[in-house]
Amino acid sequence: MSGFAQNTFNGLVSGAFYALLALGLAVIFGMLRVVNFAHGAFYMLGAFGAYVLLTEAGVPFWAALVIMPVGLGLLGMALERAVIHRLTRLDPLYNFLLTFGLTLILQDLVKLRYGVQSSPYATPSLLSGTVNFGLFDFPTYRVFILGFAVLLCVAVWWVLTRTRIGMVVRAATERPDLTRAFGIDVGRWVTPVFGFGIGLAGLAGVLAAPMRAVNPLMGADLIIVVFAVVVIGGLGSIFGSVAAGFGIGLVQAWGEAYLSNFPIVSQTIVFIVMAVVLLWRPAGLFGREEAPA
Amino acid sequence: MTSTVDTPADTPKAATPSGLVAVARAPGWVRYALLALGLAAAAWLPNGLYPAVAVDILCWALFAVAVDLLLGFTGLMSFGHAAFWGTSAYVTGLVAIHAGLPFPLAVLAGALAAAVLAVPIGYLAVKRTGIYFAMVTLAFAQMVYYVANEWRSVTQGENGLQGVPRELFGWDLTDDYYFYYAILPIVLLGLAAAWRIVHSPFGRVLVGIRDNPARARALGYPVHRYKLTAFVLSGFIAGLGGGLFAVGHRFVSLDVLHWTTSGKAVIVVVLGGIGTLWGGVLGAGIVVRLEDWLSFSGFEAIGLVTGGIFVLVVVLFRRGIWGSASALARRLAARRR
Repeated sequence: MSGFAQNTFNGLVSGAFYALLALGLAVIFGMLRVVNFAHGAFYMLGAFGAYVLLTEAGVPFWAALVIMPVGLGLLGMALERAVIHRLTRLDPLYNFLLTFGLTLILQDLVKLRYGVQSSPYATPSLLSGTVNFGLFDFPTYRVFILGFAVLLCVAVWWVLTRTRIGMVVRAATERPDLTRAFGIDVGRWVTPVFGFGIGLAGLAGVLAAPMRAVNPLMGADLIIVVFAVVVIGGLGSIFGSVAAGFGIGLVQAWGEAYLSNFPIVSQTIVFIVMAVVLLWRPAGLFGREEAPA
Repeated sequence: MTSTVDTPADTPKAATPSGLVAVARAPGWVRYALLALGLAAAAWLPNGLYPAVAVDILCWALFAVAVDLLLGFTGLMSFGHAAFWGTSAYVTGLVAIHAGLPFPLAVLAGALAAAVLAVPIGYLAVKRTGIYFAMVTLAFAQMVYYVANEWRSVTQGENGLQGVPRELFGWDLTDDYYFYYAILPIVLLGLAAAWRIVHSPFGRVLVGIRDNPARARALGYPVHRYKLTAFVLSGFIAGLGGGLFAVGHRFVSLDVLHWTTSGKAVIVVVLGGIGTLWGGVLGAGIVVRLEDWLSFSGFEAIGLVTGGIFVLVVVLFRRGIWGSASALARRLAARRR
């Protein structure tokens, strides 16, 4: 029983990363109709930034947890103004290609400077050790990640549903033209929302630094899994993306634990789930039906 | 899906009017002159470049044309075509190593395997359109990558398949210069097949689906089945390229299945010009030559350059080379009238 609990817990923790990344992707997609391929690269920059800040300037984890998301969010806003903005009126595929190109550039810049080897990042002392909730000893840091991510998702949900800004964003997501017709300046919110999504990716990166190997390629493989996650959840649905993120984390952890004799299956289980969802509900579990094509 | 409904001009589906249409409208002698020029360039290529680079260009030309068949003529951006290129490379390599068949048969087996793989992937992927199609194909290609990575008994994992032979009736093809001329007919056949598909009634229906899927459906065309057929044909042609690539390098590594390979194929097409078919061939020549030059000059961050090309082309040069050239030719012709 405790083995199951442990797998479930670990699944939720890795699901928290998927959820944070999928949440950023979904918010950006809702507002800009842009699927940001560079999301994984910003996650990597978050982790790498935390590492560089610690080793080269002695900036501790807690400060990095604020500095990196804010810094990357601002970088994202600049990026949106400089290039992405020019392409949003075109087919979304162009911005997908653009951000793919940016991914290659960002990865190689980091690779040129720091090489491809993984760098260790010490868990902050406050969060090292374990907590016992009865079933088994939970690593404190993982409990922190899970709590933090859930809190963040709830906060975003609260902002989206209970505040005026959130209402504007949701309205602009569903009916941009109608929202404009009501005299709301939708364009004003586009850049901040993009920056916010990027900031979330950076935050996930900082959180990942003490737990995962920090290297220039850490975001690339992850983002493809997150794409599968948002296809499963339905990219148009913010709730769906977050739920699918946690769900996929669980399925993956259980798969690795109970299908370890079939590594091919356990490694690709996300994509198998995606195939089943495409067969059963092509628009995603929480997505709305597309216009017939 | 919004991408098909409320995007105004300038969608990737239409570098409108497509360069190919422009060529087809050009006077007969222009078309024949271009064809002759292209064939002459293909015949001359290994004399002007390293033959090994020329071989790579041929393989990538097939790959690009396969991707453009979907992107330019069906309106579907596959971001996972490495699955077909790479699967064919592995199957070709395995068949060539274990069965000792002449290499064209091994390549044929590889391309058929790619086409078979394209059936389930295409069946699932065509349920979505636009950006979702790109994400779904990318995800399935990553799945194929993981399978190849785990299935070490067959693929040799990280080590890759070594020593793929270039068997052809006992002729000595170890020199890349002769190998180039050995594969040229196969590549030209593949390119001609793509041209034939685009100009067939079937191809016209694909373009109709690209431009207005709802109307194509209303006219009674089974849209999904047409898209799936196009996807499988595209997978086969990409497989031809991937198989030849495997024999050309005498080595297959996991790189052939990596997502960067899929992305490179798309940028080659965009650089050449979406929906122009031959633009992809030009794009392949430029990108392969450039990457070879960069790695030869000891520059390590090739991604910096390919990524930079991506950004520049998408921001400034969306019509691509062929598209821009044919637009220019059209403007000159209009002025003369």
